[in-house]
Amino acid sequence: MKSAAHDFPSRARAGLQNPDLVRAMARARTGFIDKRRAAVDALPEYPQLRRIAREIKEHTLQHLDYYLERFEARVREHGGHVHWASTPAEAQAIVLDVCRAAGAKRITKGKSMVGEEIALNEALEAAGFEPIETDLGEYIIQLANEPPSHIIAPAIHKTRDQIADLFHARHAQYGLHERRTEPTALVGEARTVLREKFQTADVGITGANFLVAETGSSVIVTNEGNGDLTNTLPRVHVVTAGIEKVVPTLEDMSTILRVLARNATGQEASAYTTLSSGPRRAGDLDGPGEYHVVLLDNGRSQMLGNEFHEMLRCIRCGACMNHCPVYHAVGGHAYGWVYVGPMGSVLTPLMVGLDEARDLPNACTLNGRCREVCPMEIPLSDMIRKLREREFDERLTPPRTRLGLRAWAFAARRPALYRFVTSLAMRVLGLLGRRRGRLRRLPLAGGWTGTRDLPAPAGETFMAAWAKRRVEKR
Amino acid sequence: MPNRVRQSPDDATARPRVGLLVTCLVDLFRPAVGFAAVRLLEDAGCVVDVPAVQTCCGQPAYNGGDSGNARAIAKRTIEAFEPFDYVVAPSGSCAGMLREHYPRLFPTGAGWHGRAQALAERTHELVSFLADVLGVREVAARFEADATYHDSCSGLREMGVRGQPRRLLASVGGLTVAEMRDSDACCGFGGTFCVKYPEISTRLVDEKCAKILATGAGVLLGGDLGCLMNIAGRLARESHPVRVFHVAEVLAGTAGRGIGERGR
Repeated sequence: MKSAAHDFPSRARAGLQNPDLVRAMARARTGFIDKRRAAVDALPEYPQLRRIAREIKEHTLQHLDYYLERFEARVREHGGHVHWASTPAEAQAIVLDVCRAAGAKRITKGKSMVGEEIALNEALEAAGFEPIETDLGEYIIQLANEPPSHIIAPAIHKTRDQIADLFHARHAQYGLHERRTEPTALVGEARTVLREKFQTADVGITGANFLVAETGSSVIVTNEGNGDLTNTLPRVHVVTAGIEKVVPTLEDMSTILRVLARNATGQEASAYTTLSSGPRRAGDLDGPGEYHVVLLDNGRSQMLGNEFHEMLRCIRCGACMNHCPVYHAVGGHAYGWVYVGPMGSVLTPLMVGLDEARDLPNACTLNGRCREVCPMEIPLSDMIRKLREREFDERLTPPRTRLGLRAWAFAARRPALYRFVTSLAMRVLGLLGRRRGRLRRLPLAGGWTGTRDLPAPAGETFMAAWAKRRVEKR
Repeated sequence: MPNRVRQSPDDATARPRVGLLVTCLVDLFRPAVGFAAVRLLEDAGCVVDVPAVQTCCGQPAYNGGDSGNARAIAKRTIEAFEPFDYVVAPSGSCAGMLREHYPRLFPTGAGWHGRAQALAERTHELVSFLADVLGVREVAARFEADATYHDSCSGLREMGVRGQPRRLLASVGGLTVAEMRDSDACCGFGGTFCVKYPEISTRLVDEKCAKILATGAGVLLGGDLGCLMNIAGRLARESHPVRVFHVAEVLAGTAGRGIGERGR
C-alpha cells in the first residue's frame, strides 16, 4: 500500500468532518474499551500473564536469529518452503512467483497486515490474478476499494447503511438484487458470495499471528472461520508474516494468545485458532499440496538493534488505537498507511520514512493511555517523543515551530530575561483581558483562540508577587 | 550528593523544606494557584521557598524534540532545587517531567544523571504530596458547590494521582463531587499539540466538555492548569456557565474568581 501519511492534516480534517465516521467510531470506542476492561478484570492473574507474555516476546527478540532458523528448519522438515524477503517488493515477487508456478487464477486471502504492508492485492491484480479478501471487514473494504482503518476491525469506519449500499451495488453480478440492511442478512449475503470463491480458489494466502519455532507452525486467530477455508481448501497455502512473529514453543504461543484475545476484542479466546504446519501429508484428508512461508523484514531487523527495539514486541491487538483519543477523532484513514493509531505513529515513520510521515509522531497529546493498556508494555509515548527528536535533529520540524521553540528556550535558559519578557507580556495580556477575564482573539495565537477563549492572566506574575511578599515579610 | 542546606530563618529543625516548582503557567497566568499551594504546604508544617531562578521545567523543548535545550533547562532546574528536602509542583505534568523524564535526559552513569535521579526521588505533585507524604487527611476549607473532577493524564499515569484529590475534596465543607464518565480521558491540551492540531484538540475538548456538562456540576476541578485553561476556554467560548478552579485553590479555601472569569 502506497503511503499517504504526508497528507495527515487534510485527511484528519476530512475524518473530523465526516458524520458517518463520528457515529461509527463512537459506537466502536465504547464497545472495544468496555469489553476489554471486563475481560481483563475477570482474570485475576492478568498482570502476571501480561508480564510473562512480555518476557516471552523479549526473550525471542534477544535470540531472533536462532528461533527463525529453527522455525525454517522445521518447516522444511515438513516439506514446506521458507522465503526471506528484505523489502515489500521482494515479498511481492516471491508470492507472485508461487502463484504463477501454481498456475493460479483465483486467490483467497485471510486478513494479513503484512499483506497490506506489501500491497499484495494491488500486485496480484496487476499480474492478472483475482485476489478475494475473505475476512468480512477486509471483504467490505476491498469492495469499497479502501484501505483498512483499524488493524482488527478494518471496516470499522463503515456504517451499516454504507455496507448495505455497497453490497447492493456490487452483489448484483451474483444475482443478489435485494438491498438488505439487517446485519445477519448482510453476513449471509457475503457468506453466499464467498462460499463459491473458497471452493474454486487455487491459492490461499493468510497472515500469521504467531510462527512457532518448536513445530514450524504458523498460527492464525479468526472469529469467522474464513482463515481455515483459506488455508485448507486451495492447492497452495502461502503465509506472509513479519520476522518478529516467531515464538519459541506452543506453550509460549498459548500464553500470548490469552493476552491477545482479551486485549483485541475482549474475548477469552478467538473463535478459531488454526495451526498450519506444512503441506498435506500422506493419509491426510485435506490440506494444501504446497506450503510456503514468506518472512518479511522491511525495517524490522534495523529496529532490533536501535532505540525502537521494544516496538517489535507488538502483537497487533489494537488496544492502543482503541484507547487513543486522536485515533477516535480522526479515524484510521487519516494515518495514510496500514498501521494506525499510536502503533502506526511509531511504525509508519520507521517503515515508510520519517519525512513522509512527519506529522504522525506530532499528532499525539502524549496522554499515555496507549502505553497503560498495551499488553506488551511498549513505551509508545516515549517512542513517539524519540521520533520527534529525530525530526528535530534532521530538521524536519517545521521552521516556524523550530524558531519558536528556540526563541522560547533561549529565554527559559536565562531567568532574568525570561522574567522581564514574561512579566511585560502578562501585564499587557492582563490589561487586554481585564474587562471580560478572557481574550477571544489574540494575534499569532489563532491555534488557541480560533475555538477557545484564552483565560486572561492576573497581570502580575507569581514570581513578582512572591518577591514583594518576601520584602514585606522582612 | 545533593547539598541540603537548612537555613530557614524560623529555626525549623524538623520541618521539611519544600522548594515550590511554581510551573510556568501558574507563574504567568494564575498566581493564585501558587499562593494556594504555599498555604497548603505551610499549613501542613512545611517551610516553603520559591527559588528565583526557576523558569519552566522544559517540557515544550523536551516534547518538541529539542533535547539539547531540554537538557540545559533541566540542569538549571536541578541546581535550583537541590538544596531542598522536596520539590513540589501544583501540576502532575511538570512534576512528572522532573520525576520521570529528567533522569532520561542524561546518560546513565553521568554525574548529571545521578543528580537528576536524586532530585526525581524527592519530587512530588502537590496534592499527592500532601496526602501520601505529609499524611494530610482533611482540610478546613469550605466551598459551596456541586463539582466534578478531571484527571489530568500525566498526574494520573506518571504520578499516580487519582484518589488523593478526591479524598481531600471530600473534607471540604459544602462541596460535593460527582464523577464524570471517562474522567481519565485526555482533554486535548497536550502542550503545543493544542495549537499545532487545533481541530483535533477542539474535538477532544468538546468531548470532555460534554461529559462535564452531563454531570450537571457547576464547577470543574483539576490539578493541571494547562488542561483547566483548555477546558475553561472552550466552555467559555461555547457559553457554558461552568466555573473552573485548580484543586489547590479549593483545598486552601482561596477559590475566588474562576479561571477565565471577570473580576467581581
